[in-house]
Amino acid sequence: MNYPSELKYTRDDEWLLEEDGVATVGISDYAQHELGDLVFVNLPEVGDEVVAGEAFADVESVKAVADVISPVSGEVLEINEDLLDDAALINEDAYAAWFVKVGNVTDKEELLSADEYEAYNETR
Amino acid sequence: MKLIFEKSIPGRGQQIFPACDVPEVLPKVELRKSVAHLPEISENEMGRHYTALAKRAHGVNDGFYPLGSCTMKHNPRINEKMASLPGFTKLHPLQPACSVKGANELITGLEKALCEITGMDGVTFQPAAGAHGEFTGLLFIKSYHESRGDHERNEIIVPDSAHGTNPASATMAGYKTVEIKSNDKGMVDIESLKAHLGPKTAGLMLTNPNTVGLFDENIMEITKLVHEAGGLCYYDGANLNAVMGVVRPADIGFDVIHMNLHKTFSTPHGGGGPGSGPCGYKAFLAPFAPGLVSRDGGEYTRAEKSFGNMTGFYGNFLVMVKAYTYILTLGKEGIPAAAKNAVLNANYMQEKLKDLYPVAYDTTCMHEFVLCLEEIHKNDKVSALDVAKALLDYGIHPPTMYFPLIVHEALMIEPTETETKETLDEAITAFREIYEQIKNAPEAVCACPQTTPVLRLDEVKAAREPVLKYQF
Amino acid sequence: MIKEEIVATYIPNTREEQLAMLNEIGYKDFDDLFKHIPADAKVKGELNLPSGKSELEVDAIVQGLANKNVVFRSIFRGAGAYNHYVPATVDAIANKEEFLTAYTPYQAEISQGILQSIFEYQTMVAELTGMDIANASMYDGASAAAEACNMFKDRKHSTIYVSDAVDKRILKVIETYSFGRNTKVCVVPSKDGVTDKAALKEMLEADAESACFLMQYPNFNGIVENADELCQITHDADTKFIMYVQPLALGALKTPGEIGADVCVGEGQPLGLGLEFGGPYLGLLAANAKFMRQIPGRLIGETVDSKGDRGFVLTLQAREQHIRREKASSNICSNEALCALRAGIYLATIGPKGLKDVATLCSSKAHYLAEELGKVGLKLAYDGEFWNEFVTTCPDADKLLKALGDKGILGGLKLEDGNILWACTEMNTKADIDEVVAIAKEVF
Repeated sequence: MNYPSELKYTRDDEWLLEEDGVATVGISDYAQHELGDLVFVNLPEVGDEVVAGEAFADVESVKAVADVISPVSGEVLEINEDLLDDAALINEDAYAAWFVKVGNVTDKEELLSADEYEAYNETR
Repeated sequence: MKLIFEKSIPGRGQQIFPACDVPEVLPKVELRKSVAHLPEISENEMGRHYTALAKRAHGVNDGFYPLGSCTMKHNPRINEKMASLPGFTKLHPLQPACSVKGANELITGLEKALCEITGMDGVTFQPAAGAHGEFTGLLFIKSYHESRGDHERNEIIVPDSAHGTNPASATMAGYKTVEIKSNDKGMVDIESLKAHLGPKTAGLMLTNPNTVGLFDENIMEITKLVHEAGGLCYYDGANLNAVMGVVRPADIGFDVIHMNLHKTFSTPHGGGGPGSGPCGYKAFLAPFAPGLVSRDGGEYTRAEKSFGNMTGFYGNFLVMVKAYTYILTLGKEGIPAAAKNAVLNANYMQEKLKDLYPVAYDTTCMHEFVLCLEEIHKNDKVSALDVAKALLDYGIHPPTMYFPLIVHEALMIEPTETETKETLDEAITAFREIYEQIKNAPEAVCACPQTTPVLRLDEVKAAREPVLKYQF
Repeated sequence: MIKEEIVATYIPNTREEQLAMLNEIGYKDFDDLFKHIPADAKVKGELNLPSGKSELEVDAIVQGLANKNVVFRSIFRGAGAYNHYVPATVDAIANKEEFLTAYTPYQAEISQGILQSIFEYQTMVAELTGMDIANASMYDGASAAAEACNMFKDRKHSTIYVSDAVDKRILKVIETYSFGRNTKVCVVPSKDGVTDKAALKEMLEADAESACFLMQYPNFNGIVENADELCQITHDADTKFIMYVQPLALGALKTPGEIGADVCVGEGQPLGLGLEFGGPYLGLLAANAKFMRQIPGRLIGETVDSKGDRGFVLTLQAREQHIRREKASSNICSNEALCALRAGIYLATIGPKGLKDVATLCSSKAHYLAEELGKVGLKLAYDGEFWNEFVTTCPDADKLLKALGDKGILGGLKLEDGNILWACTEMNTKADIDEVVAIAKEVF
């Protein structure tokens, strides 16, 4: 399992990268592994508001669907359209396959460091 | 095997329609330019095509079909014979009421019988399937609250063990689903229920026996609590086969119910329909009933505050003919006897399997029971799916897999009353042999099936690159 | 009465066997097996139903009911249910028990026959309508229309527009579903028997929340409306365009695909199903590929097995209730698979040429009837072009329909305004039509 140290994580298995006030969000390697082969992603639209702790997207495997919870509150600036065509990208590299870029961040969930998140996963 | 389109040769075909005996006229509008690529095939070739497809299907008549929560009982031939009578099949739905007295008498007779079996006061046949019946039942509940000006009630309580149609139906009826936990016996947790009841409660949807095959012993208290909170109680009749003639949903506090004629009342499933999901209701809900009804051969009338129509006409009439035929055949003795034998067959199988495959709740079950393969999966790396696929090589249709969601690695087995002891014994032997294999050669179980027309299919590919029609 | 030694019909185990099984698993008798059910929940005594009966007796009773109905020898009524010919192949094949008694094809390895037949059906519906994709079926045309309208409900769009020229039975079901979903239904007025285009334009332009507009093709009055124009107006207002079709009309008419519809629904009953007193029928639903994941109901997709051989599975299931639960695109699970199989057999039997022939026959007979009725004073109520149905005036519809009924003929449907909606199919011969006209002449 891969835990890049430059990222922050949530207990709902999202990762977050903050650069210049813009938060890039995706799901962790652990999450894609647990979900199995992903077949589709539903993403919000650019301009939508996302709220920390609430679902903003979902990912589908053949037999399940899982909500993706936003670690931050803010406005969607950009979505990763490539994922809409090919959800397998998430399985290939969960950290390259970002979901959304969020701006005007006003609120944040409690975030874990890579080490903390790895330790958390070992207890699950 | 080839698709029918791959057997098509231009210029071939069948002679069905006569020459036109009046001048040929088409409307003076823009006509279709594209040619519909329909098969061009002789009757003989087409017959063989579908016979080959039939051989690659598995119906109740092909072998044991213990698919939990689906009640795959025998589909009597007399039902089919009655439903093919020209006096039923050749009736136009908009014929004058006076010309369809027999049909309406049958519908009324079936309504009366279902009222007696469920304890309800009326039944609408508008819904075409079980989920459609749930939606209908919830619209009764919605109409009731709205007629009282009670607009705050926007929540439907559903146990976490419920079939997925329950929350989906609640959404269609404009309700928010509130999920409550099951207790350690797989039944409604009374404290959890109490915590969620309140002025927003529109109703509770419940299956009893529930989806783990257990009769909820607290049912009287549950329905009382919901009523005290001002909500109504909806009975999901998916499991009615376990209790028909033994327990009547109305007597245990339910206000509205759907039944699956294609489960409990022996009408065939047709590979996924047509079913019929009539909805029974107590008298106080009668003013909201959907659809047009002709009683005593009179003209069609509509209930005074009817919430509308669920289908274009009167529902799936021919399915009603089959169910009525079945009820006439069984009568007051046969109906409870069917339920009792369904419960016996399930307990018999449960008892003969539980030493090898742990049951989710080790107690007397109703018409079905749930095996929990979580330990086997953990220890032997053989999943419920693998065991299901291994059963295919025995000619047995696997049980329902991975449902209910509250049991991990679940296999839900419903033998039904129409199976012999020998069939049950053969299935028990198959399960036990598969268990031996799990212990001795688990990889062989994971490679099943081996004898079916196709092997395990790539569902990920199907979903990632959807091909939903033939590419010409 | 049934003979006593038979325990109950369809229960194979004898009383002795049942008792032995009970004892073997530790129960004295059935009462013991059911003792965990609270006493106050149980039925006291017997159900108030007649005793079970032998097959011979049941056969006689149900036949007796069938015989109380009037089967008309000649039918000129449509209005949503049509008396088309059902080829012999349809019953012969669809009644095979493997198809009849199977459940939904959850176990793909032993359900390839059902899955492939539905995949073929999906293909045929797509071909017939000219749309990209079709689903495995809905309950009937009206419920398919209601579900199609709900496909386009979202936070910003929740008004459904329906033409006044759509069958009121379809509208009723759309309104009922909308009562559930808390959407709003607006009826677009009609003028001269067709949708009022100016009104449609005005209504859609004034409403930022319009989700979709549904028209019927041919419409309830039988008229083939200018769907291209309606489609343009609808799309210009950034609203989805839904067409409700009579599938056999598409043997002749420009298809929804050619017109640019977003979704096409319809009543599949003309495709090899009988009149059946209204059901079971078959809801057709086809769509533009970009709405693939909004489609309600089952979809069958092609894939390969572990050897690389072609096979079929239920696919895109994450849309459905058993996975997405309260967020599902619909609650539908059982649909009308056997009726879809019948439609597939029907279309394979008649082929592309038969489709064109039957569309031409229906149209030709209807035009002949309209012309002949006109000669005896029953004039066309509207100017619009029609296919197999049309509305005429009538001085006394009840009188005429009664006179026809007395001769075993089911005449057209009397409408609220006293006019009659007539329908013809390939079943109506010239002699049948001439007879109707002769009776009309006699009556008036």
